[in-house]
Amino acid sequence: MPELLLDIKGLETQFKTPDGIVYAVNGVSFGLKEGETLGVVGESGCGKSVTMLSVLGLIASPPGKVVAGEAYYVGQDLLKMSKEEIRHIRGAQISMVFQDPMTSLNPVLTVGRQLEEPLMLHVGMSKNQARERAAELLSLVGIPSAKDRLNDYPHQFSGGMRQRVMIAMALSCSPQILIADEPTTALDVTIQAQIMDLVKRLRDELGMAIIWITHDLGVVAGLAQRVAVMYGGYIIEEALVGDLFANPAHPYTIGLIGSLPRLDEKKGRKLQPIEGVPPVLFEKPKSCPFAPRCTWAVERCWKENPSLSVVSEGHKVACWIDVKTGRAR
Amino acid sequence: MSSENDILLKIDGLKMHFPIFRGIIRRQVGAVHAVDGVSFDVRRGETLGLVGESGCGKSTTGRSILQLYKPTAGTVMFEGANLISLKTEEMRLMRRKMQMIFQDPYASLNPRMTVGEIVGEPLVVHNIARGREVDERVAHLLEIVKLNPSFSSRYPHEFSGGQRQRIGVARALALQPSFIVCDEPISALDVSIQAQVVNLLEELQEQFNLTYLFIAHDLSMVRHISNRIAVMYLGVIVELADRDALYDTPLHPYSQALLSAVPIPDPFAESKHKRVILQGDVPSPVNPPSGCRFRTRCPIAEKACAESRPEFRELKPGHFVACHFSERFA
Repeated sequence: MPELLLDIKGLETQFKTPDGIVYAVNGVSFGLKEGETLGVVGESGCGKSVTMLSVLGLIASPPGKVVAGEAYYVGQDLLKMSKEEIRHIRGAQISMVFQDPMTSLNPVLTVGRQLEEPLMLHVGMSKNQARERAAELLSLVGIPSAKDRLNDYPHQFSGGMRQRVMIAMALSCSPQILIADEPTTALDVTIQAQIMDLVKRLRDELGMAIIWITHDLGVVAGLAQRVAVMYGGYIIEEALVGDLFANPAHPYTIGLIGSLPRLDEKKGRKLQPIEGVPPVLFEKPKSCPFAPRCTWAVERCWKENPSLSVVSEGHKVACWIDVKTGRAR
Repeated sequence: MSSENDILLKIDGLKMHFPIFRGIIRRQVGAVHAVDGVSFDVRRGETLGLVGESGCGKSTTGRSILQLYKPTAGTVMFEGANLISLKTEEMRLMRRKMQMIFQDPYASLNPRMTVGEIVGEPLVVHNIARGREVDERVAHLLEIVKLNPSFSSRYPHEFSGGQRQRIGVARALALQPSFIVCDEPISALDVSIQAQVVNLLEELQEQFNLTYLFIAHDLSMVRHISNRIAVMYLGVIVELADRDALYDTPLHPYSQALLSAVPIPDPFAESKHKRVILQGDVPSPVNPPSGCRFRTRCPIAEKACAESRPEFRELKPGHFVACHFSERFA
């Protein structure tokens, strides 16, 4: 079995707001193996982005604070590193692609300049070497006449092209881990298909591990090997992708799959929504965060918060109920 | 085929060009060809899905039908009247019968008005009710969209996205319209909430015999809710057909690529799924390509595609397509 490349244990992140403390991430643990693609699924506010930002030390503090947890990357705890130390890892060994390519590129610098920066900083290339490598990277992600486009500014690129630039930038130092935070959510489906095709190709060529954050179960089904489902600041289910879709064990996962219409479904069936709304995390949940929306909920669900436990090989779930029998585990 | 009576709305050659002005004397230097000649019928009681990628003109089409923009050319026949030639006052009366649900439930509700004022405003503006009667109707409308009537004194910021969209639906229903343009009503909502709103829209359609023009970019949701579907690309409709016909045998290369690009939430189906990956981006609607709009990205484009604009023709009964070579897919 390959070693864990990234090992997150008991991560907790909170935000101080004028209305009180928001408990965004409440004890998240997961591992990432070398070359593996992990999908992280959840709705807005479930803590999926905050988890990754915390790991990379990108939480603005104040108002945010990582209050507990460890994040080991090849034996070093990223959370204990100084700003200077983590800067050598971020962008070089672990890099990130953000959701909105317009706000994450600097509008007043040329794309070439932005691509060269990490190469000069992390790899120690000279200006000319970096320029050459930047052009290579742009053509790697499928941007035509790459050399000329280095002098263009971000606004001269379309949305899909900008996201390609972001990916090129993230790949520039050949990272071991690529964290992608909803990189295709803002794009049209045909462009999304282009980007996903590109990422799959690059993954096979470069052999990097990927954490792909999304709310789209369809994207996860096509890309990930393992999936973690998040709700209310917790991972509530984790399984291999085939197992998750075939035997979802958490009522939330089941609800999420049931509420989706499918392009390949034959007859119009009625959608089964999850009633209610996602929780607002002004309190650290003491009971199961999904209990108010759960059709299976029993008394225990309102009193104790279940922790993630193994139900079958490689399949973990945080639920008091075995949904197959409807009885307590 | 349907008789003339079944047709609620007949759109013919609708164009909406937005002028571009430059220089100090603001001379017109060009136009954005947002909608460039679309024709279709909407049948009474049906849901017509209008899909396409961002910037293809689907929202502009919806808005031009409701005369929220003044269309550049074309006719929109609704109950025997051409909406485009109606006078302001006549149009105001007509608007009672046609309403809109907007995409962004955070931007489409006035934050300084209470829910009661928002939902009741159409009644007051159109002189249909006043005073206590408005309150009663508002309470009833909120019940219809499954919100607690006691919420009417609260403000929009107190509600979640899904609840706000319900408020928008209640406002659209206030004047008892027969036709509603739903402009991406669910795309700003979380996945688990989307299904709630879609189910509500379906129930209301049955209850009040509503006709929907459902604009969306989520093809799986459009398939779920629509009877017929029109696919738009760069200002024109490239294909229009019954739901199952379109999804089973798409006849336009763009529809084929669009459908194949949608990820399926099933790893097994996904691994066997063959995808058509389009090259490049959508061209600018300021200078659309000559001939067929899609030819710059089309996998089967030939010389003829640049020379003549393909006719929007009925290749099979009820299945319209605008492509020179659709016969090979039929």
